[in-house]
Amino acid sequence: MAQTLFDKLWTAHLVTALEDGADLIFIDRVFLHERTGSIALKSLEAEGRSLRNPALVFCTMDHIVDTFPGRTDDTIMPSGKDFIQSTRASAHKAGITLFDLGDSRQGIVHVVSPEQGVALPGATIVCPDSHTCTQGALGALAWGIGSTEAEHAMVTGTLRVNRPKTMRVLFNGDLGLGVTAKDMILHLIGKHTAAGASGYAVEFAGDAVEALSMEARFTLCNMAVEFSAFTGMVAVDDTTLNYVKGRPFAPKGALWDKAVSQWRALHSDKGAAFDKEIVIEAQDIKPTVTWGASPEHAIPIDGKVPDPATARSENQRASMKRALAYMDVKPGQILTNLSIDAAFIGSCTNARLSDLRAAATLLNGRHVAKGVKAICVPGSTQVKLAAEAEGLDKIFTKAGFEWRESGCSMCFFAGGEHMGYRERVISTTNRNFESRQGPETRTHLASPLVVAASAVTGVITDPRDLMRGGDGKI
Amino acid sequence: MEKFNQHTGIAAPLLRINVDTDAIIPSREMKRVSKEGLGEGLFAGWRYLAQGAREPNPDFVLNRPEYAGTSILLSGDNFGCGSSREHAVWALKEYGVRAIIAPSFGAIFANNCIRNGLLPIVLPDEAVKALARQVEKDPQAHKVHIDLEKKQVVAPGGEVYGFDIEDGPRDMLLQGLDVIGLTLRHKDEIDAFQAKDREKRPWIYL
Repeated sequence: MAQTLFDKLWTAHLVTALEDGADLIFIDRVFLHERTGSIALKSLEAEGRSLRNPALVFCTMDHIVDTFPGRTDDTIMPSGKDFIQSTRASAHKAGITLFDLGDSRQGIVHVVSPEQGVALPGATIVCPDSHTCTQGALGALAWGIGSTEAEHAMVTGTLRVNRPKTMRVLFNGDLGLGVTAKDMILHLIGKHTAAGASGYAVEFAGDAVEALSMEARFTLCNMAVEFSAFTGMVAVDDTTLNYVKGRPFAPKGALWDKAVSQWRALHSDKGAAFDKEIVIEAQDIKPTVTWGASPEHAIPIDGKVPDPATARSENQRASMKRALAYMDVKPGQILTNLSIDAAFIGSCTNARLSDLRAAATLLNGRHVAKGVKAICVPGSTQVKLAAEAEGLDKIFTKAGFEWRESGCSMCFFAGGEHMGYRERVISTTNRNFESRQGPETRTHLASPLVVAASAVTGVITDPRDLMRGGDGKI
Repeated sequence: MEKFNQHTGIAAPLLRINVDTDAIIPSREMKRVSKEGLGEGLFAGWRYLAQGAREPNPDFVLNRPEYAGTSILLSGDNFGCGSSREHAVWALKEYGVRAIIAPSFGAIFANNCIRNGLLPIVLPDEAVKALARQVEKDPQAHKVHIDLEKKQVVAPGGEVYGFDIEDGPRDMLLQGLDVIGLTLRHKDEIDAFQAKDREKRPWIYL
């Protein structure tokens, strides 16, 4: 029978069907970070439990480490040091692999896991972090869990999971100029709500997805959780294999060949049935930006802030009204003349090398508008080094951007550095929740192109205005 | 883990959709590597007047005297969406919340609830709103009753709402089971799976 990619991944990891209706799923990789992994490791120690496969457990420092040059265990966030040092001590004791501060493999978990070849096609990967779905882009089954579940995975090598339903989102055709994976996922959530994939594992497919680079596929899958999906995934193809080959923890030699022969089958068979399907024409997607306080509050960059009167339900209407007040925008308003206080390029969504390159094409020879605070935080130390090797850091700093060490940084406010009280930020991150980036900070989510263009003009800007005509640069 | 069988309590309506875990426990309120000391930070951004301060916002539902002692939350679609932080559940528990009734939940959050003895109940939006209307008249007297064994919510006026929950989560809550212990009963099967899988996919085993 024709199987979906999800069916194949699930079946390959099914240890047994449990008496209570859940399936016992074998877990190939557990990744931890200092924010939520610390407590999982500490709790295991307190209970005297040991890890089943420590060699399959990895940890990085990303969530609350500072991103200033010359950083140490001390953090601007009060008590951050405790999280860092507790994680380090526990990681050493447990015998897991740690990408510590000062290690060139350090960075944001969902960037470094694929980058190091820890995440592989066909693998099950879990992490106590909701954006773990990012890694499903490799044709893997990767999902976010809680700390208690992480303990369960480390001790038993498995998780008890109720099988989700399957959904395919087809993006047909080609993306237009200046339209990116970030715009695809914001467009999707804007159309189908932040709860649109609740209960589903989502496969992204279609011409526009096949044409995406591996890094762009990570961006697409990253925000599957903002769509309430169990996870997001993309079938394995040459793009996937070319990306994985040669990564430090990826198989080599004969093992590589054997792996590839299995990975080639990691796609949905022709005629495979999905519980739900959504079809989107790529040409209908424009650079997309959020106006409100949920990722579903997304509109085309040349669109108007919607009127709550047009909401699809009473509940949506209430949510929209609240968001309008919080964001200080009005129904019918266009966003492209809205002044910004800050521009942020970073996070597991959009801080890979290709994201920085895209932003740099617009920043090259230009300067950030007066009064705009602009910060770039590379997704990993490797991304930072690679960017510096090709001179991107110079373009960013010359344009007036701060250039930082890698970490999650101001994707969220943990009590330390933040974007400023009620300041308006255009951001490549994934969540525009109330006070997510700082005290009552107003976040507009967008692609690196939109953020770079907006940083330069000081107002939310359609990057295509700078790309075609305009001042003629690309 | 604390068992959940029956519970009767004061229910507070927080009828918003997409209440995210950043709202339930802001990251800045996660101050120690601990599951404890989080109750005070619950809904901090809404519950207190100024960021970081502790002056109660009198308008926030849990601060109103008639909702003192709340142990059940009534909310909108997609409650607990966003970050996987289990601190959201630990904060709710420490505050005294035993159950949340909403039309849908963030998947990771719902799982975290089950693992900590907190019951997420899925009821249709109209039912949640009907419960809220009854409760609001006199929250301290109009309590909501939950019976997990029977999979029922009983409104203050006596209306009974049945709800669905998978057998696994239900059993875990009813019996307060140690989930890791339960899974380790399958150790032989896990060992056999791993041995066979190692042959098939040797590159996974570093």
